[in-house]
Amino acid sequence: MPEYTVIHEKARSFYDLYERKAELQHQTHYCPGCGHGIVHKLVAEAIDELGIQDRTILVTPVGCSVFGYYYFDVGNVQAAHGRASAVACAVKRALPESVVLSYQGDGDLAAIGTAEILHAANRGENITVIFVNNAIYAMTGGQMAPTTLLGQSSTTTPSGRNEWNEGYPLHVCELLAALEAPVYLERVALGNNKQIMGAARAVRRAIGNQVKSLGFSLVEILSPCPTIWRKDPVEAQHWVRDEMAKVFPLGVFRDRGTEAGARPAAAPPPALDEVPRLLGIVNGSRLMTDRGGATVDWRIKVAGFGGQGVLMLGEVLAEAGLDAGMEVSWLPSYGPEMRSGTSNCHVRLAAAPIDSPLVSRPNVLLALNQPSLEKFLPTVEPGGWVFYNGQTPPRNGVRADVRVIGRPFTQVGDELGDARAGNMVMLGALLEATGLLPDEAVEGALKRVVKSERWLELDRRALARGRAAVREGSLP
Amino acid sequence: MKQLIKGNEAIVKSAILAGCRAFYGYPITPASEIAEAAALYLPRAGGVFLQAESEVAAINMLYGAAAAGVRALTASSGPGISLMQEGISYLAGAELPCVIADIMRGGPGLGNIAPEQGDYNQVVKGGGHGNYRTLVLAPDSVQEMADLTRLAFDLADEYRNPVVVLADGYTGQMMEPVEFPAAAMLPRRPAWAVDGTAATRRNLITSIYLEPDQLEAHVRKLETKYRRAEQQAVRFESHRTEDAEIVLVGYGIVARILKAVVEQARAQGLAVGLLRPITLYPFPAAELRRLSRQALAFLVVEMSTGQMVEDVRLALEGRRPVEFYGRCGGNVPSAEEILRWVRERADHYWPAFAPEEMADA
Ligand SMILES: Cc1ncc(C[n+]2csc(CCOP(=O)(O)OP(=O)(O)O)c2C)c(N)n1
Ligand code: SF4
Repeated sequence: MPEYTVIHEKARSFYDLYERKAELQHQTHYCPGCGHGIVHKLVAEAIDELGIQDRTILVTPVGCSVFGYYYFDVGNVQAAHGRASAVACAVKRALPESVVLSYQGDGDLAAIGTAEILHAANRGENITVIFVNNAIYAMTGGQMAPTTLLGQSSTTTPSGRNEWNEGYPLHVCELLAALEAPVYLERVALGNNKQIMGAARAVRRAIGNQVKSLGFSLVEILSPCPTIWRKDPVEAQHWVRDEMAKVFPLGVFRDRGTEAGARPAAAPPPALDEVPRLLGIVNGSRLMTDRGGATVDWRIKVAGFGGQGVLMLGEVLAEAGLDAGMEVSWLPSYGPEMRSGTSNCHVRLAAAPIDSPLVSRPNVLLALNQPSLEKFLPTVEPGGWVFYNGQTPPRNGVRADVRVIGRPFTQVGDELGDARAGNMVMLGALLEATGLLPDEAVEGALKRVVKSERWLELDRRALARGRAAVREGSLP
Repeated sequence: MKQLIKGNEAIVKSAILAGCRAFYGYPITPASEIAEAAALYLPRAGGVFLQAESEVAAINMLYGAAAAGVRALTASSGPGISLMQEGISYLAGAELPCVIADIMRGGPGLGNIAPEQGDYNQVVKGGGHGNYRTLVLAPDSVQEMADLTRLAFDLADEYRNPVVVLADGYTGQMMEPVEFPAAAMLPRRPAWAVDGTAATRRNLITSIYLEPDQLEAHVRKLETKYRRAEQQAVRFESHRTEDAEIVLVGYGIVARILKAVVEQARAQGLAVGLLRPITLYPFPAAELRRLSRQALAFLVVEMSTGQMVEDVRLALEGRRPVEFYGRCGGNVPSAEEILRWVRERADHYWPAFAPEEMADA
């Protein structure tokens, strides 16, 4: 009687019969001697051993292993070419209790998916990557992979890979070992039974790390592809052992499995009825002063240099209009225009619903600098208001059909403590001259828009000064 | 209570209220405030925010989140949406719901960051490979940025398909008052999701069907969904079209400008109305055909060199003349310039339209 028993049994994490496969449902689609078949077995056994079948989600790539889901009786998500690790990150983040495996070939991971694997590793995503390096694009019929050896011929390197044209084989473990975050990086091989046992241990380790919530683990497995390599399974195994392993040294490149602590768990989500408050959504009703009358339609253009508070002036107007029971809109200029130093915004305050938020024919122009005045003065509707900084009338002529108020608003702001308060001096003048908005509405708006106490106080003084300027003609 | 808020921020708040718990994206003007607001608010609500390494990664992360049964959002603009197209095709192929906000800017290439509507074709007509569609919603106000985002999540789940909220830089950047729903919702994970439990262990998310017959059956199934959407999901706004002899057609911010044009044209005695498609796919083709019984001509305005206009022509099948006025490069047409064009076309189609002359007579 021998002292061992032979068990003809598949791992429990494999389906008994591969029903998702069209035919030959008792065997895989892999070629005889293919490394993928062996790696599948190692992964399934590790899942069994760790007792995580229900929690496991396998993300399969595009490559010969695209049909991993024929075999693995776990949750399955098939990803686009190169994106398995990106998909896996999001699955894991959505389901922290799950165990997520990203199974990828060398074309998938080390060519088209280079950015995704590098950043997943660098973020220390708590996923496990099973990286099958067979030095070739197998699924598409044998083109060069980033891991193809120098001199190795492929359908796209017919005279062998040449470093001057195709560069050198890419060493993924070494590359990722330059990053801080990964917890475990090991390169193993399927070159003989001893190596396969080592690979089994590494796979178990890499998945176990995730179960313990330690972080990013990757096992690179040098793996035979007899079909494309045109070798019989035994020769192919030898080639893995004798040729590939020379170029891709086996070993552990990172192992923080013992010292790394578990990653911090996410804070529990808030109660659902807390969510609106957490988003800053205020319920209840606004104190409407209901001002304006049925025909009010202010179309305001505010313009000046960046830093003069153009957008903020517009925002105070819009916020106050809302409090005053008007329909409002605020539209900023943005982008390169801002970068070149000018800035403007369109504000509408109206009794009726606002059609276009764009103000192309303003009835109020607030020009905080000379170029804006020159640019927009011709667009002002007859009978409209123009406020500008300074006392020099615009170079492109004075218009008799609009009401123009020019004062050194910015200078007054400066005297009050900060030139940037000039926008509120101008707003004060506008309010006084036109009676556009009630005081309470403006005060309420200021409190919402201006966050600092110091500025709130300064802005209030600036507003008062602007009002006085119009009332008493007190500014120079 | 109404709050003054930017369009981009409204999308995020509305999404979270609608149960979105994942945002993956990559910064790009004029959409970046969406990522920024998501970074601020999603973690508070117990959701995931991650700035991805590229739009390619971001859309595939959406694929992962959606596969796990989470309502997920991304946002970008032209160049980034181009990069996402492959992923969108996979999402549609694997029947995964998600919401993508495209805050359009000027193109092609790097173009500029000013508002444009040049992404219509790539978003509405597919852009990625294969026989699929995305449902496309076009907000014209900040309130609609909020409302249509919520609707987008519902449609995405109902049709198990990506839904795009297609807006432009202005609609994203502008502030208007918004009323949000008072309560937040969090839908259950759908039964088809792969969520790492025994109950869903046999679930599979994939878009590969090796056998031609299988793939054809799958594509036909998708097609049936799109036909159903064409029957049930069409939305549009009609503004003063009841007696309109000239119907303006425009979407998004352009439609707001066209409303001003309608008022000014009416004041001059022109019988002008506006049809604003709210769903760009499915397109309100039946409504256009209905209006063609009364209208003399359809005048289409876009911030592009003419993309949606092709759908208007297809819908009308030559029943009525369709003319086009477009600005691009980030130039936004003013109501005045459009009105001049409308008057000129009105004179052409119906000389008797010219109201001043009539008054003189
Ligand atoms: C975007 C895209 N480009 C190209 C392909 C074609 N393609 C399918 S698999 C593959 C390479 C697979 O090689 P590898 O990742 O090494 O896996 P293997 O088949 O060797 O296991 C390629 C290029 C694709 N499916 N998608
Ligand atoms: S072609 Fe190579 S990698 Fe693909 S199944 Fe056959 S042996 Fe395996």
